[in-house]
Amino acid sequence: MTRLAVPDRTRALARREHRVARVLGLLALVVAWEAVTRTGWVPALFLPSPLGVLAAGAEMLGTGELAVHLATSLRRIVLGFGLGALGGVSVGVAVGVFSLAEAIGNPLIAATFPIPKIALLPLLILWLGIGEASKVAVIMLGVFFPMAINTYTGVRQADPLLIRAAVSFGAGRWSVIRKVMLPSALPMIFAGLKLGAGTSLLLLVAAEMIAANSGIGFLILNAQNLMETTKLMVGIVLLSLLGLASHWLLVRLERVALPWRAQA
Amino acid sequence: MRVLVDDVSKVYADRGGHPVEALAGVTFTVEAEELVAVVGPSGCGKSTLLNMVAGLLPPSAGSIAFEGALPPGRPPTAMVFQEFALFPWRTVQANVELGLEETGGPAGERHAVARRFIDLTGLGGFERKYPHQLSGGMRQRVGIARALAVDPAVLLMDEPFSALDAQTRQLMQEELLAIWERTRKTILYVTHNIHEAVWMADRVVVLSRRPGRVLDIVPIELKRPRMEAMAAEPAFLQAVERIWALIKSQAREALQEGAA
Repeated sequence: MTRLAVPDRTRALARREHRVARVLGLLALVVAWEAVTRTGWVPALFLPSPLGVLAAGAEMLGTGELAVHLATSLRRIVLGFGLGALGGVSVGVAVGVFSLAEAIGNPLIAATFPIPKIALLPLLILWLGIGEASKVAVIMLGVFFPMAINTYTGVRQADPLLIRAAVSFGAGRWSVIRKVMLPSALPMIFAGLKLGAGTSLLLLVAAEMIAANSGIGFLILNAQNLMETTKLMVGIVLLSLLGLASHWLLVRLERVALPWRAQA
Repeated sequence: MRVLVDDVSKVYADRGGHPVEALAGVTFTVEAEELVAVVGPSGCGKSTLLNMVAGLLPPSAGSIAFEGALPPGRPPTAMVFQEFALFPWRTVQANVELGLEETGGPAGERHAVARRFIDLTGLGGFERKYPHQLSGGMRQRVGIARALAVDPAVLLMDEPFSALDAQTRQLMQEELLAIWERTRKTILYVTHNIHEAVWMADRVVVLSRRPGRVLDIVPIELKRPRMEAMAAEPAFLQAVERIWALIKSQAREALQEGAA
């Protein structure tokens, strides 16, 4: 009798973690970048070295230049993002819950959502002036739409069985919204927040490049005008860090707000 | 409290807008502290009937009423759902407190009441778990604790154990009977399982296939507390046989209709 051992047929499909590769890829990019700039093939005016960018960043931190731009940008983004998210969630819940609001709101959102929000900046500047209000407003609009649409979708996805259960235990309309619809929509709301964070960064930079005398977008455009490529790169790295930080923050917040998903 | 179901019919529109008659002239009563089971082939409107008693669905004709004194703060009914219907974002404790929140007692009292029913249903130690961390049997215990916690005059159970495996179902039936012996709730229990209906109920209402009509109301002459050994007694077997004879042809027709 021959014995035939059963092979593990799923082995080819296994996905491993490759922890070292994660770090190595990033590190290789930076090393290659540094190497290229050191050989002198590419002039530093076009591609400053990573170490040079780091040094410039440290210097700008020392003079306080970085802090000014960062603080200005942060204020705009936090304000715009916060107001947009608040408005989007409120409108999304209203449209999701009340049929009248849905009848009025859905076509309105469908008609205005496809407009690239940056196209509205000239109009917003005309209305609100060239100061902070127009920049906050354009970010607000950019965050509002994904938030409203995601919240609406989340509310509509609430399990009818849970709504029936809540009603059977005496819940009224507000109780159903608070206890069933909002918690059901939370995962979608967080997806909207992550989407909105990216959008708001994009709109921030665009608005600051069009009409501003401070902020990271201004820093980048101004550095380009002065041919200070190293400073320009500092701005880009800063944006990348800002994007990473906001995503990390939202992921942490999501874990706190959705504890039933965190515990497996 | 008694439940009076009087000549109740239900017609609803299907997706194409055609009227579908789910129940036709259903009449029966559930006496105070009685456990009445409703059985019938699938699609006989059992769940529709229960939803109407819960006030989640209005009858098209006829009336459903409760008779007897209802102390203030106590809801007439509370429902145990086949699919559990637990809130995934609430812990066991918070799920059991759901109904209590609507009656508006102080938080401390709510916690205490919930704890009592968590212990009664054998959920002690699981208060902080979320539903997805529990087995099916444990989840339905939460569903039962949640319903019992509001101290309803009538407990409505919609195939509460049909989503559970056979062994768990048997154990849960025994536990439910033990709880019922202690609390003496009026229970209206919907199931498609004839053995379950006979083993648990005082009387079994047998419904026909759609539109559901009462074919017969079968009294179960078994002593309480019910023991596992009673499943071999002639009274048990005769009741099962009598109900199965009523349902058999109906179920077969439903099966063939479903195949066509």
